[in-house]
Amino acid sequence: MNDSPLPIIQGPVCPLPIKTYDRIVIGHGSGGQMTRDLICQYFLPNFSNPSLSEGNDFANIESRPGGRIVVSTDAHIVSPIFFPGGDIGRLAVSGTVNDLSMSGGIPLGLTASFILEEGFAISSLEKIIRSMADTALEAGVPIVAGDTKVVEKGKADGIFISTSGVAWVPDGLQIGGACAQPGDAVLISGTLGDHGIAVLSARGELGLETEIKSDVAPLNHLIQSIIQQTKDIHVLRDPTRGGLATTLNEIAEQSQVGIILQEKGIPVHPIVHSTCDMLGFDPLYVANEGKVIIIVPSDNTDAVLKTLRSQKYGENAAVIGHVEEQPSGRVLLKTGIGGTRLLDVMSGEMLPRIC
Amino acid sequence: MRYLEEFRDAELVQNILSKINRTVKHPWVIMEICGGQTHSIMQHGIDQLLPAEIELVHGPGCPVCVTSLELVDKALSIASRPNVIFCSFGDMLRVPGSQGDLFSVKAAGGHVRIVYSPLDAVKIAQQNPDKEVVFFAIGFETTAPANAMSVLYAQSLGLRNYSILVSHVTVPPAMHAILGSSTNRVQGFLAAGHVCSVMGYHQYHSISQKYNIPIVVTGFEPLDLLNGILMTVELLEAGTPKVQNAYSRVVSEAGNIPAQAMIKRVFQDCDRNWRGIGFIPQSGWELRPEYSRFDAEKRFEVENIQTRESEICISGQILQGIKKPYQCPAFGKMCTPQNPLGATMVSSEGTCAAYYRYARLEMEEHHE
Amino acid sequence: MCLAVPGKIIELFTTTSMKMGKVDFGGVMREVCLEAVPESKVGDYVIVHAGFALNILSEKEAQDTLAAFRELEEAEFNLDNNEDFTTLD
Repeated sequence: MNDSPLPIIQGPVCPLPIKTYDRIVIGHGSGGQMTRDLICQYFLPNFSNPSLSEGNDFANIESRPGGRIVVSTDAHIVSPIFFPGGDIGRLAVSGTVNDLSMSGGIPLGLTASFILEEGFAISSLEKIIRSMADTALEAGVPIVAGDTKVVEKGKADGIFISTSGVAWVPDGLQIGGACAQPGDAVLISGTLGDHGIAVLSARGELGLETEIKSDVAPLNHLIQSIIQQTKDIHVLRDPTRGGLATTLNEIAEQSQVGIILQEKGIPVHPIVHSTCDMLGFDPLYVANEGKVIIIVPSDNTDAVLKTLRSQKYGENAAVIGHVEEQPSGRVLLKTGIGGTRLLDVMSGEMLPRIC
Repeated sequence: MRYLEEFRDAELVQNILSKINRTVKHPWVIMEICGGQTHSIMQHGIDQLLPAEIELVHGPGCPVCVTSLELVDKALSIASRPNVIFCSFGDMLRVPGSQGDLFSVKAAGGHVRIVYSPLDAVKIAQQNPDKEVVFFAIGFETTAPANAMSVLYAQSLGLRNYSILVSHVTVPPAMHAILGSSTNRVQGFLAAGHVCSVMGYHQYHSISQKYNIPIVVTGFEPLDLLNGILMTVELLEAGTPKVQNAYSRVVSEAGNIPAQAMIKRVFQDCDRNWRGIGFIPQSGWELRPEYSRFDAEKRFEVENIQTRESEICISGQILQGIKKPYQCPAFGKMCTPQNPLGATMVSSEGTCAAYYRYARLEMEEHHE
Repeated sequence: MCLAVPGKIIELFTTTSMKMGKVDFGGVMREVCLEAVPESKVGDYVIVHAGFALNILSEKEAQDTLAAFRELEEAEFNLDNNEDFTTLD
């Protein structure tokens, strides 16, 4: 479709022309098309191996009798460090616990490495460490190893945290981005866009005041409750940067299926709705840190929904769509008034618009 | 009542659609002038729900799209200077100049900030007295009062370090340019609701009479858009072209007098170059001489701007509703949002970008 | 060109002789310049663009507009009923 030399993963492409950039720009970190292009052009070709190519949030590294081991890693750079509903510490622990849990496995342990900026307040560091401890306790996953480095003032935004983790996936579970089947139901564990809006308003640059809190939370217990209910789960994935729309596009592409969403059924907090209306944002592209997409055979829909709604962090779970054969690799949205539109991957950075 | 959800009600949408279906007897070409309306139509899938007789074409109502390449290049030049904090609405950051955009200026160390309101830019100037703060004052008539107010506010604070880079354009001259063109296909207009909330709609009577065309002031929610389309179709079918208001909860014929006074105090008419369309005389606003110290173009020497536009791009014809994006040989091939050749693919409200994002699928099926 | 949303004025104040208000857009609040709507008061709904109120929303006009849309439904219903009667002839 495009005669550019860049490998484009799928049709939708980004409005920021990557080939004219010889430096990293903010859009590269947004989780959308630009990030994917950066990964495809530079990282994947050099690090290539079967585990990485699967493109899941976790990587299978070793099979053993009874199951297999998976690993995952993540880095956390949120600003501001403390925001309504959480902080960078809770984000770090939840992030990797959740990535590992998307395999259906049980997280066994986490590591955490810290890059601290000279001048960072130790009282803030202590708060963050306590928060990490609390979250790890809640998840039941210990932080077993760590590292600390200090850089000169100006070289880090206060604190960067990187986490890695290991999980055990027992036999009988085949969950991954490539496993969605036509006929499957698509569910979400709760309201969309809370984290992105909470962080945006906490940054203060747009002068917004709101009560919305980040949804950041470890979801391993929630996910295990569904697995105990049925092992027949096809896809689990958390819609973080780039939002629900971007994540569903990844799944549609990996599974080579079409995903059809019903706008009416998608749960969005009224405050998130209002803020998105004001800024011209679409809640389907706003980041989440405590939500999971669940794709299951349609027979399991009611049972899974009931289980989710009875659990902490799943109270607002809803069925939001289904999987079809066509259009392969694409996501469609049936709008609230009956129209249908293509739901694309997020391009660069979502920006407040005037127009 | 929150004044939003009520106007997205699916049942009421069906009511109006039925009425439109019963009313329309002939094919009609209707243009919505405003980028925000284009976005809303595509976002809700309204164009698919209309009967086939109604063809919606999209006008040049996107200030991001039509800001001249020269001004974008000036913005990039000013933003690159070491002592400048360059403030802008979010959607301007993506717009490529001849070389790079505000994002790449930021990556190279330029101080670029997104603001929600020009008044926030004034606050930034107040908080940073040792820096030059420049606000990219783009927009149609809707944004002019806020931009004007920012100048008056900065003046009342006695600030010496605030200026605006003005790229104001106005709707009526654009309508004349489109309707007066020999290749015009537009038979009815949906006027921009929020522009009219400031300016009123008394200016449109003469346009309606001159070109014998109905003009209906229209809002942005699904019910508002469909109501505007219904009223336009009714006027077209009855053969009675005139100006009507379908957005009465916000718009009055006279408009907002204090807002207009603010604009007149600070701005005066000028010629403007519309990216993709060309030069339209007396189609914009610039700062009055008494406010020239707030004019970034005068404050910063910006020379040797060499603009370079693509030759393949037919943005101009798209902006005038003469062609559709998929009729452009470059659409989706050489010209994509990743690699935009022209104005309408650049902005997220631009027609080509909207088509690319929302409607590409049915176009692929249609044209395969 | 015109992303503007309605919000309710919950507080009034002045900044350097500029009339300002704190506006609630549905759980998200922001300060807004009210210089173009000098007659506005707490409780009014204003339509806001780029932190600037363009007009006061007329609740009456809004209600009338919605009522007119609902009437279309009744007209539709009557039309369907009439059609039924016609076919019975």
